[in-house]
Amino acid sequence: MSAPATLFDKIWDQHVIADLGDGLALLHVDRHLLHDLNAMKCLQELRAQGHRVRNPELTAATPDHGISTLPGRNDETNPAATPLLRGLRAETAAAGIRLYDVNADGQGIVHVMAPELGLTQPGCLVVCGDSHTCTHGGLGALGFGLGRSEVVHVLATQALYQKKPRQLRVRFDGALGRGVTPKDLILHLIGAIGAAAGTGHAVEFAGSTIAALPVEGRLTICNLSVELGAKIGMIAPDDSTFEYLAQRPLAPKDAEWDMALAYWRSLPTDDAATFDREVNIDTTAVAPQVTWGTSPQDVLPVDGRIPDPASASDPDRRKAMAAALDYMGLKPSQPIAGTPIDWVFIGSCTNGRLSDLRAAAAVARGRKVAPGVRAWVVPGSQRVKHAAQAEGLDRVFLDAGFEWREPGCSMCLAANAETIPRGQRSVSTTNRNFEGRQGPGARTHLASPAMAAAAAVRGCITDVRELPV
Amino acid sequence: MQKFTVHAGIAAPLPRANVNTDVLIRIERLVYIPRGQLGPYCFEAWRYRADGSEDPDFVLNRPAYRAATILLAGTNFGCGSSREAAVWSLAEMGYRCMIAPSFGDIFFNNCFQNGMLPIVLPAATVAELTKEAECNADDAAAGKTFTVDLEQQVIVAPSGARVAFKVDAAKRRALLEGLEEIQMTLAREAEIAGFQADDRRRRPWIYRY
Repeated sequence: MSAPATLFDKIWDQHVIADLGDGLALLHVDRHLLHDLNAMKCLQELRAQGHRVRNPELTAATPDHGISTLPGRNDETNPAATPLLRGLRAETAAAGIRLYDVNADGQGIVHVMAPELGLTQPGCLVVCGDSHTCTHGGLGALGFGLGRSEVVHVLATQALYQKKPRQLRVRFDGALGRGVTPKDLILHLIGAIGAAAGTGHAVEFAGSTIAALPVEGRLTICNLSVELGAKIGMIAPDDSTFEYLAQRPLAPKDAEWDMALAYWRSLPTDDAATFDREVNIDTTAVAPQVTWGTSPQDVLPVDGRIPDPASASDPDRRKAMAAALDYMGLKPSQPIAGTPIDWVFIGSCTNGRLSDLRAAAAVARGRKVAPGVRAWVVPGSQRVKHAAQAEGLDRVFLDAGFEWREPGCSMCLAANAETIPRGQRSVSTTNRNFEGRQGPGARTHLASPAMAAAAAVRGCITDVRELPV
Repeated sequence: MQKFTVHAGIAAPLPRANVNTDVLIRIERLVYIPRGQLGPYCFEAWRYRADGSEDPDFVLNRPAYRAATILLAGTNFGCGSSREAAVWSLAEMGYRCMIAPSFGDIFFNNCFQNGMLPIVLPAATVAELTKEAECNADDAAAGKTFTVDLEQQVIVAPSGARVAFKVDAAKRRALLEGLEEIQMTLAREAEIAGFQADDRRRRPWIYRY
C-alpha cells in the first residue's frame, strides 16, 4: 500500500517525467491554453529559436484579453489589439492548434471556456500564460500560470520544470448566511490570512461547505487562490464534478469515461495525508464582503467600517493602508456601505459564469440602475452568453438599464481599451483591486455578482441583504 | 540567457508589501509596446504624475537611487499576474537583483528565465539591509553599493556585513552558466516520449480530444 497522499501529491506524482532531486521535477503538461495576448508572440519566438510545437493536439487557443466586448464587435473594434488577434489566427493555424475564434462557439475567457467544454478534467495538469489558471483546480485539475519563457518551453517540449510547493489545506465548514456566495468565502479567507499567506504553497480547499458547492462556485474559489499568494488551488473531484463533466463535448466518452471515472475517484486526499499548514474557517460567521483598498486582503464585511491606519502596529503596514485609502478616496472609520459609485462590472474568469449572471439578475430584476451609474454585464464565454439569453437574463439586465456585452476579459484587467475612467469608483466581480488595474486611477471594490448588482441599482455600495429578491 | 555571477551595484529601498505586477507594468502597454522599450513604463503609476511628469517624491526617482540595480523590496513582491514583462521592465530599468522576504510564485520563476536574481531572506534581515541602503536621497553620489555573489551565495553590505542566502541548486547553476532551459529539456526527448507512451495506456482519454 502506498503512503497517504494528498490530491495534489497524487496528480503531481502522475505527471513526473524526471525527478531531478531537491523537489525539482520535469512535469508533463496535459492541457496548454493560449490566448490573444501571448499566442502570436510565443509561437513566433518558438520558431525564431528553431523549435516546433511538440503537441499541438494538447494545446488550444481563444481570444479573450485584448478583444473588444462591444456588441457587434469585429476585428478592428479595438485596433490596438487587431495585430495580436490576426497573429493568433495565423500562428495557431500554421501550428495546427485548435482555435475558438471571436464570436464562434467555444470562445470565451480561457478559464471559463476550458472547463465548460470539458477540455479541463480532474487530474489534468493545465497551464496557461495567465495567473488565474488556478481556476481549473475547481474541477480537481492541477492548474497554474506561466510566464512567457515557460509558455515557449511548454510549446517546445510539452513539459515544464517545477519545484514541488508546500501544501496548505483550508477547510470551510458551516452553512452560508443569507447573501453569502463563494466569492465572499474566498475574499474573507484572503482578508483573514493575508495576500501572501499562500506564497510557495499549493492550496486544497475542503470541508463540508466546499463539498456542497456546485462546480461553478468551486471555480470561483480556486480562481482567487493566486490572490492568496498561491499559484495552485484545488478541490477534490466528486459526484458534482462528474455530473458537470458528463455533458461536456470534450469529456471522455463510453469505455474511456468509465476508465477516467475510476481514476478520478482515486484522486481525493487520503484521510491520513498531512499538510504543511491547515486553516479552518467557520462560514456561519462570514457576511457579504467588499474590498476597501488596493489588495484583495483589504476586505471587510459590507456592514463594517473602513479601517483606520492608526490602528496598525507595523509602520510599513500603516503607510500602505494610508496610501491605499488615499488612492481609493476613502476616509477611515466610515461605514463602507453608502459609498457612492460610478460603475459596476459583472463578469471575468472569477464571476462570469451562468450562476453568477443568475445571481446578479435576481437582484436586478424589476429594478433600475441608479442615475449616473454605468453597469456592464460581460458573459465569460459564448456558451454562457447563449445560455443566459435562452433564459432571458439579457432582457432582465437590459430592462434594468445594464449593458449586455460580448464575452471577454474586458474591464477586469483593461487590456482591451475598456477602462474605468480616472478617479471613478467601480464595484467589480473581478479578482484584483490593484492600483490602475481597471485603468489608470480607477478605484475598484471587489464583491460578488449579487453585491455588484445591488450597488448598481442603489448607486452606492450596498448590503445585498437589504434588497429582497 | 544572460549569466548572473557576481554583481555590485547601488541598492534602492522599497519596503512596501504586495507590490503587484500591474504596478510594475500595465497590461495595456504590453498590447502595443515591444520588449526592449518597457523600461520607461516600469512603476508607471508611481513614477509619474497624472500629467506625465516625473514624481520627484517616488523613491526610485530620487537622485541617490536613479542608478540602482538592486531592489530591497517588501513581502510578496511581484504578486498577481503572470506577465513576464514585469521582469523585463525591471531589467530594462536597470535592475539585476531583488531582495525580499517573499515573492509572487510566478514572478519568482520568471526572474530566473531572464538572468535576474530574486533572493529570499527573513524579513528582519531584509529590514537591516534596507536600513543600510538608506542615505541622503537628494545626493546623486550617496547611493550605497552592495555586492551580490551568486557563486558564494553571499551578499556583502556597505558596512561589510556578509549575509548568506540560498538558491535552488538547479536554478543557481542555470544562472551562473546562462543555460537555455529548452535545450536542456529537448535533450530529454526520449524520456518525454517514453512518459507519453506509458501515459497513453494509463490515461488514453487525455490524448483523445
